[in-house]
Amino acid sequence: MIDMRKLKELIRLMTANELLELDLRDKDEQVTIRRPNIHSAPQIMQAPAGLAQAVTMAPPAVAQPAAPTSPSKPAAPIDDTAGLIKIESPMVGTFYASASPDKPPFVSIGASVGPNSVVCLIEAMKIFNEINAGTTGTIEKILVKSGDAVEFGQAIFLVRPS
Amino acid sequence: MFKRILIANRGEIALRVIRACRELGVSPVCVYSVADRDGPWIEQADEAVCIGPAASKESYLRIERLIAAAEITGADAIHPGYGFLSENSHFAEVCRDCNISFIGPSPEAMNLLGDKVNCKRLARQSGTPVFPGTEGGIEDIDEAAKVANEIGYPVIIKASAGGGGRGMRVARSEAELRENVEKARQEALAAFGNGTVYVEKYLENARHFEVQTIGDNHGNAVHLFERDCSSQRRHQKLVEEAPSPGVDPAKRLKVCESAAALIRTANYCGAATVEFLMDKKQDFYMLEVNTRVQVEHPVTEMITGVDIVQTQIRVAAGEPLPIKQQDIHINGHAIEVRINAEDPDKNFMPQAGLIETFVAPGGPGVRLDSHARAGYRIPPNYDSMIGKLIVHGPTRAAAIARMRQALNEFKIGPLRTTIALHKRIMDNKEFQNADFDIHWVERWLKSNDTAGVSK
Repeated sequence: MIDMRKLKELIRLMTANELLELDLRDKDEQVTIRRPNIHSAPQIMQAPAGLAQAVTMAPPAVAQPAAPTSPSKPAAPIDDTAGLIKIESPMVGTFYASASPDKPPFVSIGASVGPNSVVCLIEAMKIFNEINAGTTGTIEKILVKSGDAVEFGQAIFLVRPS
Repeated sequence: MFKRILIANRGEIALRVIRACRELGVSPVCVYSVADRDGPWIEQADEAVCIGPAASKESYLRIERLIAAAEITGADAIHPGYGFLSENSHFAEVCRDCNISFIGPSPEAMNLLGDKVNCKRLARQSGTPVFPGTEGGIEDIDEAAKVANEIGYPVIIKASAGGGGRGMRVARSEAELRENVEKARQEALAAFGNGTVYVEKYLENARHFEVQTIGDNHGNAVHLFERDCSSQRRHQKLVEEAPSPGVDPAKRLKVCESAAALIRTANYCGAATVEFLMDKKQDFYMLEVNTRVQVEHPVTEMITGVDIVQTQIRVAAGEPLPIKQQDIHINGHAIEVRINAEDPDKNFMPQAGLIETFVAPGGPGVRLDSHARAGYRIPPNYDSMIGKLIVHGPTRAAAIARMRQALNEFKIGPLRTTIALHKRIMDNKEFQNADFDIHWVERWLKSNDTAGVSK
């Protein structure tokens, strides 16, 4: 059985060494991890179901590309978050972009928000909590998707202040 | 067995539970406050969830965030460690309501044994020796005075919902009793939300003798013998050892078995410590029951070979106790010292900040339970204990010699710790002769012997 720690370590090594594909076989189990390019988060193509799901909830650090170390590599990605305000999760739970699956999301990219604008729901213990923007501006980026687990302090939206 | 356990704690006990999980093949999950983001134990878990800002009441004590963290990580059980919510029956109840196993007793058993008046009533049923005193809470001051006169002064007024040395007042005469009962009641109400107080005989110079027990869900309970924790300062333990030195074996067996009987009578599943005071005649009187795993559990593990944390997890998962009473024996002697980031020369002022040097001791019979390491920055928001150094030897003298060497090897800097203080304790004649009581450390600290205690 390929264990969780080994899997996370493989992903870390892949990312740090800018590998694009890793195919690992162990007795009757196989894991394939592939990234379309060095800036993408690794996708686990094939692995025991529980393992794949658990790893996608790993701390965000695992998915960040490492800064290149050799001179022939391209420069590090431009930091496009400068000047943007983060809306951070005030609680632990599951993020939902809309009030229910058949309704449109509370906000989309470009939407104007004020401090009391509801931007999403976070569910915990079967209770859905409305999360307010707490700031004024327009939604620049949505960092999570419906069904994602979020922790306290995790950035969920980036807002361009007006 | 559980698939995944969320550890609702931090530091050395979180690491301890992670280790037990790994050996049982269970996936551990950690939670952490913003201040603990770089906690060295966290990398040993499979998942970690940030649950709030630094303050405990905004993070480690936030029940809804702990439950939510268990939900999003798919944990089917929560281990509360010690302190924090480990003895909070409301938390145990919420876990149950959310279909998450609480690794500890049921809320009912916790409330029964956690309330001192109810616990004492149950102890009388199970044959566990208790202090003579009022039957229940004091209703009437005249009734209290009558009981006090019968048992003889000094007496102590205690809060039923109190613990850890808080909510207690000694009375040496009827006048002092009458003066203090109402004050104690008000204090108890303010501090614990429950103004019930009771009166007990007060022992001046006793030893602290606590019995480790574990029960399962099948009606079994065993004891793992005792620990002596007489080396205390302001009700905080500094040094603990197992077994209690110089105790008559027949008396030991009787009181330990009575502690197991109490746990059995309470239908208690999990680890519990029954605390007693032992007087000079080696008579025992129950103080209270701690319904959680304790800081000093390692000394019991060293003398019995039983892994207490693994056993907690196993009985919580519904397994019967993996050990029988007849297979539990005392082997040798173990001593634990608590390594606190405190400056004993400055009234034990807590030291937060960066650990630059951390050289751990080793060798046969040396165990270090610590989350700290060189490069770890101790946050100022939590208690100052950064580790526990435990030794085991064939005899108490051998254990003391082993501890002395281990303390000599142990280097932590630049901040101050209690390492040097513990070296002085190991060299102390009262300690070496086990000629002590629960006030000995405070008397010794006040005396001249402790000039330059940190050197």
